[in-house]
Amino acid sequence: MLDVVEAPTETQFEFITFSSGDQSFCLEITQIREIRRWTPVTKLPHTPADVLGVMNLRGAVIPIFDLASRFSLGVTADNERNVVIVAASGGTTIGLLVESVSEILSVPKSAIQETPDIKSEAARQAILGVISVGESMVRVVNLDAVLDNDMGGAV
Amino acid sequence: MSMNSIRDTFFEECEELLEALVEGLSAMEENAEDMDVVNAVFRAVHSIKGGAGAFALDRLVSFAHTFETVMDKVRSHQIKVDEDLMHLFHRSGDQLADLVEAARDDREPNAESEQAILKELEAYLGDTDEEEEFTFEAMSLDLDAAPIDIDMDGDEREADDAGAESAVKSFEISFKPTAALYANGHEPLLLFDALAELGVLKVTANLSRLPDFDAFDPNDAVIDWRLTLETAEDETVLHEVFEFVDSLCELEISVDETFSSEEAIPPAISGGATTDAKVAAPAVADTPVATSPTPKAAKSESAPPTKQAAQKDEPRGPRPTLRVDLERVDRLINTVGELIINQAMISQRIEELELPAVAHLTNELEAYKLLARDIQEGVMAIRAQPVKPLFQRMSRIVREASEATGKKAKLVTVGDSTEVDKTVIERLADPLTHMVRNAVDHGLETSDKRQEAGKDPIGSIRLSASHRSGSVFIEIADDGAGLNRPRILEKAIEKGLIGAEAELSEQEIDNLLFLPGFSTASEVSNLSGRGVGMDVVKNAVAALGGRVSIASSPGAGTTFTIVLPLTLAVMDGFVISIADQTMVIPIASIIETIRPNKKDLHHIGTTGEVISVRGAYVPIVDVARNLGLSGGAKEISSGVLLLVTTEAQGLTALRVGAIHDQRQVVIKSLESNYGAIPGVSAATILGDGKIALILDPDELVKLNPAAPYMMPASAPRMELRHA
Repeated sequence: MLDVVEAPTETQFEFITFSSGDQSFCLEITQIREIRRWTPVTKLPHTPADVLGVMNLRGAVIPIFDLASRFSLGVTADNERNVVIVAASGGTTIGLLVESVSEILSVPKSAIQETPDIKSEAARQAILGVISVGESMVRVVNLDAVLDNDMGGAV
Repeated sequence: MSMNSIRDTFFEECEELLEALVEGLSAMEENAEDMDVVNAVFRAVHSIKGGAGAFALDRLVSFAHTFETVMDKVRSHQIKVDEDLMHLFHRSGDQLADLVEAARDDREPNAESEQAILKELEAYLGDTDEEEEFTFEAMSLDLDAAPIDIDMDGDEREADDAGAESAVKSFEISFKPTAALYANGHEPLLLFDALAELGVLKVTANLSRLPDFDAFDPNDAVIDWRLTLETAEDETVLHEVFEFVDSLCELEISVDETFSSEEAIPPAISGGATTDAKVAAPAVADTPVATSPTPKAAKSESAPPTKQAAQKDEPRGPRPTLRVDLERVDRLINTVGELIINQAMISQRIEELELPAVAHLTNELEAYKLLARDIQEGVMAIRAQPVKPLFQRMSRIVREASEATGKKAKLVTVGDSTEVDKTVIERLADPLTHMVRNAVDHGLETSDKRQEAGKDPIGSIRLSASHRSGSVFIEIADDGAGLNRPRILEKAIEKGLIGAEAELSEQEIDNLLFLPGFSTASEVSNLSGRGVGMDVVKNAVAALGGRVSIASSPGAGTTFTIVLPLTLAVMDGFVISIADQTMVIPIASIIETIRPNKKDLHHIGTTGEVISVRGAYVPIVDVARNLGLSGGAKEISSGVLLLVTTEAQGLTALRVGAIHDQRQVVIKSLESNYGAIPGVSAATILGDGKIALILDPDELVKLNPAAPYMMPASAPRMELRHA
């Protein structure tokens, strides 16, 4: 999605930014299905710590991941102030527990910078790039990396 | 409708007809004298032939024709059905099914077996001609009182024989089609082509009724034909050409007396050998009635048998059915599943309101629940189908297998009206075929050995289906020698599947059969040894949510039991609590529930725990601990035990917190969005909208609480290998 051919007039990409583990992240808006309040989930046995459990989304069973825990940024409290971002990639739908959703970001492709060369290979995989917004930096989440269960919260 | 879809319809019908054929044949086996049954078989073959004719599937037509002719002889009591003939009929039925399949897939059928069967069938036709010389007179005595009803087309063979010596005759045919003939898709040209194959054909079209251009109606049939055919064939053969348009045209066939009239007579007088063609239709070639050019004569002699056949059809006619796209049914099933969940949610919400004594509302709610349940059962019933066709297919497998192995075997089916989900039937065909083949090949002994053992020389394979406590049981039992356990053990050691000094119980030895790459036959026979083992069977059954088990006793035979869930979308379960979670466990897997007495609980080592159930010690598995959930330990004496049978360790008691409810739950896959979780087969949505996990007791007990991330799939096999 991000590596489309550059159009003469630069296409704007829209992202929804949110915070998780006191860091700022974003997901492309086309991947997001809905945003809902946190409701208690059904826990799954024998799953990594970042898999909170499963939730009933209008008859479908979707797994909920704690994004902060996934990125080793601590554990997001499962209270009603937090929100679940329901996102889909391919045929799979998942929910991401985050602290709060902030705004819609509209940026040209050129504003997305490559992930700086950090040591953690896993972290580099999970982050597609970064966007600089004013003073802060927003990380673009690679949803497919979150979907990939094998990572097992090893970030 | 395109030609293709008509073709598809034909093959769909063929399938039904073949089913009817197999059914009829097995009924004949019990009572070959039952003319209704014989007629039903005849009709099935005849209909296939008729349909095949329309699509110019010549091989199919000619095979069906020969089959039908022999069948017709049975119908007219000219041939007695004995065991050999019955066997031949079965094989003919199989061959017919092959030909239909080959025609559908547009490939070459197996000509060798076709020719062999044709030859045998024709042998029966030849025989009867001779026999008739002796029986003809006796039969002719009661002709007037009871004219024998014989289809015209059944007589071609004899007609051929009789006509072989007779000289060429000239037939005048007047053929006047009605508009309906064209509307039904018939084509006069094809009929003429068929006639032209019989001899020299001259065709003259009569255009006198052709109206002016203004009055011309393209849908009307205005052209009729006069045809002159010089052929050595009998008149009945000519009628056969017009068989399928009989009621759609005015047809006159007459012999031109002026054309070599002297030679046309001898076959008529030649007596005994000229057969029933004349018996059935005395008013045709050899009497002056037919030669007179009245159209009625030709029609009236062929009409009565047709009518009679139609009347017989009615009471046996199939019940009206509707062909529906499977996808629509599945969509409906999904929606109804949501309805059930929604109903449960509403009930729970209303309960939560704690309204003061609203009896009406409770009644309405109860009615709603029942209605929802009714709808659901109705919808599920659409997908349910009797196992009969599946079982019928197995009779062929038994026949082929017994032929290939030289062992005599018969198939006994029980409960073939048992209904099972369509998917189950489809996916069970291959495993069942394999197991039935195995039963004949490996299970049964040879006739000699059976006689030595004092058994019926004909082995029996018993296939039964039944509904028991929410599951479908399918059993494949043979009355053979039973499993050769020492041989199995030896083989397993030889193949390195188990260690040489492994000590296995009988049950464990039997279960070795399910290991991949296992085959007991010392020589790989071309029948069972196809590289497909019982492990494939087991996997296929497991994929349907079922299990296979073996019971065998030496000298008395082996029984394989397949236990399957009734439907794949809904199941009955106990709602239980484990640690602080609500879960569901399938009722089908539970044998009994026990509230344990302290004195029945015993410890072995530090963690092992057993309960004594009527004298036997059964291991206890703490579900919470196996699932890696906290809070399991405090339930040790307070919990409830569920007695289940598992493949891995036989009888096991599962400790759970409490049983709350028994209800029907809609199965939701976990794998589509997340992936498989050990010990959990699926999830469901409860009345409060929350998700509850559905436990799989078999996988659950395999989980090692000490190693929470272990994948369980290959666990028991590993144990065996290292044993």
